[in-house]
Amino acid sequence: MSVDYLILTVLVLTAAGFYLGRSRSIAVTGGRTRDLHSVPGYYGVYVAIWAGIPALLLVLVWLSAETSVIKNMVLSALPASYEALTPSELELVWVDIRNLATGNIVSAQPSPTVVAASEHYLSLRALSDWALFLLGLVLAIGGLLYARARVTPTFRARNRVEKVLNVFLIICSTIAIFTTIGIVLSLLFESFRFFTRVPVTDFLFGLHWSPQTAIREDQVGSTGAFGAIPLFAGTLLISFIALAVAVPIGLMSAIYLSDYAPKRVRGTIKPILEILAGIPTVVYGFFAILTVAPVLRDLGASLGLDVSANSALAAGVVMGIMIVPFVSSLSDDVINAVPQSLRDGSYGLGATKSETIRTVILPAALPGIVGAVLLAASRAIGETMIVVMAAGLAANITANPFEAVTTVTVQIATLLVGDQEFDSAKTLSAFALGLVLFVVTLFLNVIALRIVRKYREKYD
Amino acid sequence: MTANVAEDMMTETDATDTPTSPAEQETLAKKMVARDVDVFYGAKQALKKITIDIFENEVLSLIGPSGCGKSTFLRCLNRMNDTIDICRVNGDITLDEQNIYDPALDVVQLRARVGMVFQKPNPFPKSIHDNIAYGPKIHGMTRHKDELDQIVQTSLEKAGLWNEVKDRLAEPGTGLSGGQQQRLCIARAIAVSPEVILMDEPCSALDPIATAIIEELIDELRQNYTIVIVTHNMQQAARVSQKTAFFHLGDMAEHGPTDEIFTNPRDNRTQGYITGRYG
Repeated sequence: MSVDYLILTVLVLTAAGFYLGRSRSIAVTGGRTRDLHSVPGYYGVYVAIWAGIPALLLVLVWLSAETSVIKNMVLSALPASYEALTPSELELVWVDIRNLATGNIVSAQPSPTVVAASEHYLSLRALSDWALFLLGLVLAIGGLLYARARVTPTFRARNRVEKVLNVFLIICSTIAIFTTIGIVLSLLFESFRFFTRVPVTDFLFGLHWSPQTAIREDQVGSTGAFGAIPLFAGTLLISFIALAVAVPIGLMSAIYLSDYAPKRVRGTIKPILEILAGIPTVVYGFFAILTVAPVLRDLGASLGLDVSANSALAAGVVMGIMIVPFVSSLSDDVINAVPQSLRDGSYGLGATKSETIRTVILPAALPGIVGAVLLAASRAIGETMIVVMAAGLAANITANPFEAVTTVTVQIATLLVGDQEFDSAKTLSAFALGLVLFVVTLFLNVIALRIVRKYREKYD
Repeated sequence: MTANVAEDMMTETDATDTPTSPAEQETLAKKMVARDVDVFYGAKQALKKITIDIFENEVLSLIGPSGCGKSTFLRCLNRMNDTIDICRVNGDITLDEQNIYDPALDVVQLRARVGMVFQKPNPFPKSIHDNIAYGPKIHGMTRHKDELDQIVQTSLEKAGLWNEVKDRLAEPGTGLSGGQQQRLCIARAIAVSPEVILMDEPCSALDPIATAIIEELIDELRQNYTIVIVTHNMQQAARVSQKTAFFHLGDMAEHGPTDEIFTNPRDNRTQGYITGRYG
């Protein structure tokens, strides 16, 4: 009996529980639902919860424990000769047993013990499935009956449901937190493995990046150098160009939207600006490589400048356009949050609009604007697709925006694309880069959010 | 009270400091004149045919129940209503016989001549010094730092705040108490040497002691400025003003010398309001 049927049955019982609970609550008061503590629907939900949740929890616990329990039972039932095997050899035997049982390809001609073990495995599985089905059914029906019996006019079903909902919400919110912790841990462990091969100082302060490691002894030019400075430099250069584009444009449009634009214009322009944030970055990427880069190259050529096909400038400018909505939308919010009374005070003294904005509004909104810019910066540093397509792969240390540079994100992407062996320094270096990136953007985000929050407190 | 009297008397106004009797008022010059002023917010009419003279070196108080249009009228006098898109003003308002709604008139200059103090103290998030220096700076009134510092000092002195803040001019204006902040805003308005000062319920956010200080200040300022004050507090109107206008539902029900309005109102609505029957 498969788990699917059990889940289906439990769901049916849950639905039935709802109707039974509701009708029961109406029945116990003889149809005078006003005597009930809660609305009949709450009694229905209460019974449904008792019918569904315990059984589903059982399925969850059972399935997560099942494999290891069965494995232990099967392996301990193996003849004594197997006890001498190392854990990894034993693991191979276990894989063979399972493959044989599920009809997959087995490593060698199966020995009689393995065949016997796989039959043992199959019988245990079948037993486990049946046991789960019966237990689940008992739990669901038992829960339903128990909850239904508790339905009385004074029973506070409404408050019980509220409590369950509360727990459910807490679980949902912790999932995101645990995922984050998991990601950080995996980054940390893999980075640690990388740093056992390449010293931290070589990685953080090395000036040469060439992550090819030799596969054969005599391979040429694949010594593997993991100095990340060129990547940091490239990231900084492109982020700087992006911010140089995004901050003035974003800030000016925010000022226009908040203080100059008539309501109707604002209602049109703001959504359009926000559409910019919804364009997939890969679309920006080919816009950069197919439209902006050639234009810049031709422009450079006509001015006598040597602009390479993949230039930091093209990637940076397009990335800047991409983060304009971040700057403008957040700045617009903080500029709007500056109280009207300050504007009135300034106008009342005979200041013009631009004087008011320059000398009163912007200084008052500055912390929030700085926060917006920092958030945009962390976005620019973490952006991948545009730079993969438009910035190039050459790890140059240069401040010349017309040359090709590469960034941390580009290298992570290229290191992990395609088939990789996950124990070479080359692949592991991606995790170290990811860790650095994570730490930097986390740092920027924390600072930005603190600044924004501090500012908000000041005027609310 | 005819328009041509004002012209003749322009030069003599400095001599009369505290006009109290109706006879003396004839000698005062008209600073601002409103004739048949209508104000609309969209389709809704907020003020109907307001006609009133505002005399130099006098305090005019505007009283009336909430929503009666007194703040709206005040904001017409320095065109602060321009910042509201849907607001439309008809009729004539003159300052020294010049129509302030004349398209040729620079509204920025007007607001430098007709200053404003708001209901809630609204110091800029800058230092005390910079709050006062703000107006003179944007109008280019000074050429040297010393001159500017002098203006800051005299403005704070006139607002009666100098002794309290002279040692901490570099501290933020928002750190002062509510009453001090309001006096800072008055000093800020004085710093651009306006001729008229409009005050929109300047004491409604303050405690009684701070209120008393500001009222005293208003009386002193009268010697050099023309003051129009909106207030909900009728005792305040009686204490600080020489003239009072009573607004009701967009009409100006009555206006005249303050003691007459309070002791012998001609309009039923005024009487009802000041005796506390409604409002």
